[in-house]
Amino acid sequence: MSIDLPGFADPVLESQACFRAVLDALARPGTLHEAGVGLVPPAPLASAAAAVLLTLVDGETQLWMAPEFAASRDWVNFHCGTVPVAAADTAAFVLAAGLPDLAALAAGSDEQPDTSATVILQVAALGRGRRLRLSGPGLRVPAALAVDGLAEDFPEVWAANHALFPRGVDLLLCCGSTLAALPRSVRVEG
Amino acid sequence: MPDNDPSTPFAHAPAAPPDTGLHAARRRWMSVLARAGADEIAALLGGAPTLPEHVRLRGPEAGLVMLRGRAGGGGAAFNLGEMTVTRCTVRVADGHVGHAYVAGRDARQAELAALLDAALQDPARHDALQAMVIAPLAARQRAARDGIARRAAATRVDFFTMATMRTDS
Repeated sequence: MSIDLPGFADPVLESQACFRAVLDALARPGTLHEAGVGLVPPAPLASAAAAVLLTLVDGETQLWMAPEFAASRDWVNFHCGTVPVAAADTAAFVLAAGLPDLAALAAGSDEQPDTSATVILQVAALGRGRRLRLSGPGLRVPAALAVDGLAEDFPEVWAANHALFPRGVDLLLCCGSTLAALPRSVRVEG
Repeated sequence: MPDNDPSTPFAHAPAAPPDTGLHAARRRWMSVLARAGADEIAALLGGAPTLPEHVRLRGPEAGLVMLRGRAGGGGAAFNLGEMTVTRCTVRVADGHVGHAYVAGRDARQAELAALLDAALQDPARHDALQAMVIAPLAARQRAARDGIARRAAATRVDFFTMATMRTDS
C-alpha cells in the first residue's frame, strides 16, 4: 500500500473550496481556477485532479482510473474510500491523462442527463499551448482557453459530444493546481 | 486476551484474514488500544521510550458506523443502530503506517492508538512498547472484564439443580 501521503489537511474547508472552484469553472467555461494548492498527491496525479477526486468521489461513486494512474490507485482508494471500477462505460467519473473515447462513456439520458460521466483530464499545460475558442452559456462574449496536451482533432470530438446536449459528458481539465472546465453546453472551435 | 472475545460486536462479521504472525499480533494490540482511554495510554507512555515523529495521513475524524445484529444467531442480519467511531491514520518517520478505529469521539485516543500501532510495527521499539504500554493495558482490561464476569456469575441460577430438587421432594 502506498498511502504515505496525506489528503486534505482540513477536509471540510478544502473540499468546499475545491467544490466552489469546480462550480465556477463549469459556470464560466475556460476560466482558470486554483484547486488543491498545498496538496501533495502521489505521482502521476496532479494536485488539482487529486483535490477534485477528494471532493467529489466517495464510497458510492463509480470511478474509473486510466492504467497510467496505477501508482496513485492506493492513495485514491484510501482517501476517497472507493475501489475504482473496471469498465469506463458505467463510471460517473473518469480520470485520464489522454482524452478517452467520449462516445464510449455514459452520456446520460434525456430524462436524466445528470447520470452522465465527468472526465477529469490531466493535461500538459493550461494557459499556454493551443488556443481553443469557446462560446455558449456562461460566456457573454466568446472566450479563449489555451491547452497543451489535447489531440489535434479535439474540436471535432467535442462537437460530437456537444451535439448530444442535454446529454453528453463534462470535462474538467487539470494541470498542477490549476483547473478549467468544458461543460457539455460549450461550443469549441480550434 | 482471547481473539474470539464474546464481547466483540462483530461476532458475525465476515471471516477475517488468517491470524498469522504480525497480523494476529497487530490485531491484539489494536484491540487493546481501542478499549483504552487517551489518559490511560498517555500515562503509560510517560515511562516508555519516546515515540517517533508522525504525520497525520487521515483524521482524526469522527463518523458513524452501522452496527448489524442477528436475532437468535440464526436470523437474517438487521441494522441494529449507528455507533460513533473516530478513526485516525498516521505515518511515522521510519515509514510505518498506523491505523486506529476507536469507539466514541475522542480524537486524542484515536491519534495515540494510531501512533502506537505504527511504532509497534517497528522491531526496534516493539518489545519495549509491548511490555510497558500494551501488557499493562491488557491486564487492566482483563481484570475489569473478569470482575464483571464474577459479579454476573454470582447471580447465576442453575436450572438443572432446581429440576433435580423438585424430583427429589
